[in-house]
Amino acid sequence: MTGDFAVWVYLSRTPLLWLTVTLMAYVVADRIAQATNRHPLANPVLVAIALTACVLEVTGTPYATYFEGAQFVHFLLGPATVALAIPLYEYRATVLRSLAPMLAALVVGSVVALASALLLGRAFGIPRDVIVALAPKSVTTGVAMGIAQTLGGDPTLAAVIVMLTGMTGGILVTPLMNLMRIRDMRARGFAAGLAAHGVGTARAFQVNEVAGAFAGIALGLNAFLTAILAPVAVTFLR
Amino acid sequence: MILCLTLILLAQLVGEALARATDLPVPGPLIGMALLLLFLALRDRAPRLAPRVLAPALVDGRLEGTGKGLLANLSLMFVPAGAGIVGRLDVLAVHGIALALVVLISTVATLAATALTFVAVSRWLAKAKPKAEPTIERRRPLP
Repeated sequence: MTGDFAVWVYLSRTPLLWLTVTLMAYVVADRIAQATNRHPLANPVLVAIALTACVLEVTGTPYATYFEGAQFVHFLLGPATVALAIPLYEYRATVLRSLAPMLAALVVGSVVALASALLLGRAFGIPRDVIVALAPKSVTTGVAMGIAQTLGGDPTLAAVIVMLTGMTGGILVTPLMNLMRIRDMRARGFAAGLAAHGVGTARAFQVNEVAGAFAGIALGLNAFLTAILAPVAVTFLR
Repeated sequence: MILCLTLILLAQLVGEALARATDLPVPGPLIGMALLLLFLALRDRAPRLAPRVLAPALVDGRLEGTGKGLLANLSLMFVPAGAGIVGRLDVLAVHGIALALVVLISTVATLAATALTFVAVSRWLAKAKPKAEPTIERRRPLP
């Protein structure tokens, strides 16, 4: 065994290497996003994931080894979700004034997300067990996996679809809202959080703090409502 | 900063415990968010008592700073899970294109429906009772 290789073998097994790789991928992705003036396609989540996946592929690193290091970053999702309370509290006056539009948008959005997934899935001839994993696609990963499992779907497939939905929503929300001439940051943020959970919320926070606060609320409310509606909606599938 | 992080983690911990104990279809961190919200509201209800009872870091804006620091880097936290998804894209193999189309169309429909409903209801309310709910736009003189 050559000296260089021994160093690699040692480093590739410590959390330090993969934690650093994750942070570096994000720093590069964030610089690209800044350089393109936060262009929707240069979404830092998407770019950082692509970079990290490339490094893992090239070095032939198993995901479990990578996660030993990356888990420290992954863990922060929990505290960050708790911290959503801070912008929510800061903009409480705006939020309380928007209660009626929020609730209406929540019900319409949640129903459209579920119904469109089920109906389109059936129209495209996707089998029932896959459609079940598709149903909670706009909900935050943990809840979506739980819903899919309860309904007899594959939780891993649900997680993959949730991430795809997050990416799609995070990339499309800005151009779509511009196209529809919706300038209300409350509406834009709420839509991003409802349709694209945490990834949409992350995008909203990059654009505007009010949008971020509303995205956070939408994320929480939709997780709750979808958990109630999804089992009911799936019974209509025959 | 450690104190602020501890409070945030404590809220999450209690949230996780409550989620497990009550079987609610809501993840623990979201319950933790509600708890932190409750803390902030109670803190500001007692503006004179709070600084005497609570540590300075929790009342002088450092808690807010810590939370916003976390949220500013929310994108980073999706990278580990996302990198794992790339390795599991094989589960999409059978229905790949159909699934991608469903996700794309359904996400666009959801975004549009949500934002349009929000804007429509908020405009309708502003028109229905302009005096009770003066919106920001109304106060500003028209250009």
